[in-house]
Amino acid sequence: MSEIVVAGITKAWGGVVAVDRVSFTARAGELLVLLGPSGCGKSTTLRLIAGLEEATAGTVQIGGRDVTQLPPSARQIAMVFQSYALFPHLTVAENIVFGLKVRRVPAAERARRLQRVAELVGLAQLLERKPAQLSGGQRQRVALGRAIIAEAPVCLMDEPLSNLDAQLRQEMRAEIRALQQRLGMTMVYVTHDQTEAMTMADQIILLREGRIEHSASPDEIYARPATSFTARFIGTPPMNLLRLADSLGGAAIAASNGPAVLAGHGEAMLLGIRPEHLRIANVGGVTAEVVASEYLGADTVVQCRIGDQSLSVRGAGHLRLGKGTPVRLTWSAEDAHLFDASSGQRRTDGPAMLAP
Amino acid sequence: MRSKGWGVLIAGPRAGARVTRSARNMAHLYGWLLLLPAAALLALFTHYPALGTIYHSFYSTPRANRPSVYVGLDNYQSMVEDPVFWQAVTNNLIFCIGTIPASIALALLMAVWVNGKIRGRGLLRTAFFTPTILPMIAVANIWMFFYTPDYGLIDQIRGLFGLPGFNWLGTRNTALWCLIVVTVWKEAGFFMIFYLAALQQIPPDLSEAAAIEGSSRWYFFRRVTFPLLMPTTLFVLVNAVINSFRMVDHVVVMTRGGPDNATSLLLFHIYEVGFKFWDVGYAAALTVVLLAVLALVALGQFFALDRRIHYR
Ligand SMILES: Nc1ncnc2c1ncn2[C@@H]1O[C@H](COP(=O)(O)OP(=O)(O)OP(=O)(O)O)[C@@H](O)[C@H]1O
Ligand SMILES: [Mg+2]
Repeated sequence: MSEIVVAGITKAWGGVVAVDRVSFTARAGELLVLLGPSGCGKSTTLRLIAGLEEATAGTVQIGGRDVTQLPPSARQIAMVFQSYALFPHLTVAENIVFGLKVRRVPAAERARRLQRVAELVGLAQLLERKPAQLSGGQRQRVALGRAIIAEAPVCLMDEPLSNLDAQLRQEMRAEIRALQQRLGMTMVYVTHDQTEAMTMADQIILLREGRIEHSASPDEIYARPATSFTARFIGTPPMNLLRLADSLGGAAIAASNGPAVLAGHGEAMLLGIRPEHLRIANVGGVTAEVVASEYLGADTVVQCRIGDQSLSVRGAGHLRLGKGTPVRLTWSAEDAHLFDASSGQRRTDGPAMLAP
Repeated sequence: MRSKGWGVLIAGPRAGARVTRSARNMAHLYGWLLLLPAAALLALFTHYPALGTIYHSFYSTPRANRPSVYVGLDNYQSMVEDPVFWQAVTNNLIFCIGTIPASIALALLMAVWVNGKIRGRGLLRTAFFTPTILPMIAVANIWMFFYTPDYGLIDQIRGLFGLPGFNWLGTRNTALWCLIVVTVWKEAGFFMIFYLAALQQIPPDLSEAAAIEGSSRWYFFRRVTFPLLMPTTLFVLVNAVINSFRMVDHVVVMTRGGPDNATSLLLFHIYEVGFKFWDVGYAAALTVVLLAVLALVALGQFFALDRRIHYR
């Protein structure tokens, strides 16, 4: 079984530090997701694990072996490239079995595995095509097939589903996850899509500007985000972050005339509440004004305003609330989060939360 | 479509909706008038001489006391019986076999080398390309110096090992090979540029993907790089073949076809027949044969190889 241990890995190009002292462990058979906005260093981290980039500092271990100095071929990995990296002159079938041919897997065995993988990624009808004759999504599936067929203990994937339509993406997500668990692969999966991260991961590493912002399980990262950045990145629509102002009996949301939401000083702190944790009530609560509402089918996202601060509320069904309607918002104290306004760090030592 | 656009342009915006017949004819006329200067030059200097050559090849060479007369295939007949012609054909074939594969292989090798991440590759690229930008005469003179008996570079080096001087260009067995070496040296740098350009079109992630699959660099070259370079190879090959039949300047400067016609190539033979012996009719017949061979080779290469090449 192949555990991946990344310790203090750093990559700098001249003065630009793309990956800055990143450390994490992907346990054997685990699916670890590298998540983050564009340009945060996800691909670079993956390429460092693959050995396609030389680390400026730090080490990579795969299966208990220090591979930092080893070439990619000696690391026993499979990889899906963000750009697919398909061989344009080879057919789909030849592309998929390329690695097997390199390793001189017998032809019968090759054909058998090709058959299975082609079924899996839905390319059985297209095996004789060239990459140029495929759609973007089909090309991506060829790349996926080429990685899967290797049955390597470690598989690295760089946004393998970014070009698929919503439905196919959902299917492939489940397929990849099932396959990874069945084969017991250790997988490092790069994405900027938090839904993908939440649905697939055993462990999520959220990167920001080359550093680890938060590393935790999906449950943990959703329930207790370590920073306000994490809080906004995970979940759609993102968590509402509201400035606080000291008032009678503690701190209230700035510019609201509502009740205290915090039992103590709240200056220089941000109150975080997820849209799905806000409820529209008939009595009590904090008063807000509807700005717009967006009907999504199963639920409605209502944009509201408290003073100059905007926030969104998610409610089940179709909420018909016109612009300018006043609403009362409530939430449970355990659903509220507190962050430092300047550093963005989660405050666990702050005053107790109050339900409005 | 294009002519309609012209029509609108010429007839002006008011007549745009209904382009009249005369306006359309005007547009065609404009197109032809614009092409005329180039077409005229091409006809004057390329097509007319080519047709003229075919025509003249059926006529005898005019002499002071005897005008040119129609002789049918007589010129071709004497070609078949001319031992120097056959010598030139043989020489040219040896020249092709000696220069084409060697210069292409060398070009590819140099291109792959300078495409890698090596120190001072800019310098290396320039160095490889230098032979191409040197004037033919300069190239020939440099190599003449190398080949000079006793004092030349090669003989000086041989001298260090106690070997006697040797007349490289003056010996039947070596003269043609001396020309071959010079040509390979000159052509390889030129072809390298095309290979280098093509290599840089190949995305680097292909080699990364192959590296992860564990392929060796040679395997990758064989399965991926070389097939992707096939369009370039075809282009270079056609050029190499044409160049080897067009070779005349090095022959003129270095050996003048000698010794004993050992380095007489087809075009040099034509040049001698036409401008030294002034046998214009026979030279025309030789030229027609050369052109036919070149056309055939080019067509053959395009049709035979084209089908097996992946174009992006
Ligand atoms: N070869 C390079 N030379 C210099 N800088 C680079 C190089 N490759 C990447 N970078 C920089 O490193 C940073 C991280 O790049 P990386 O490709 O890892 O981002 P990413 O998280 O994968 O983004 P995306 O989601 O857009 O793919 C970027 O700021 C990028 O500009
Ligand atoms: Mg990337």
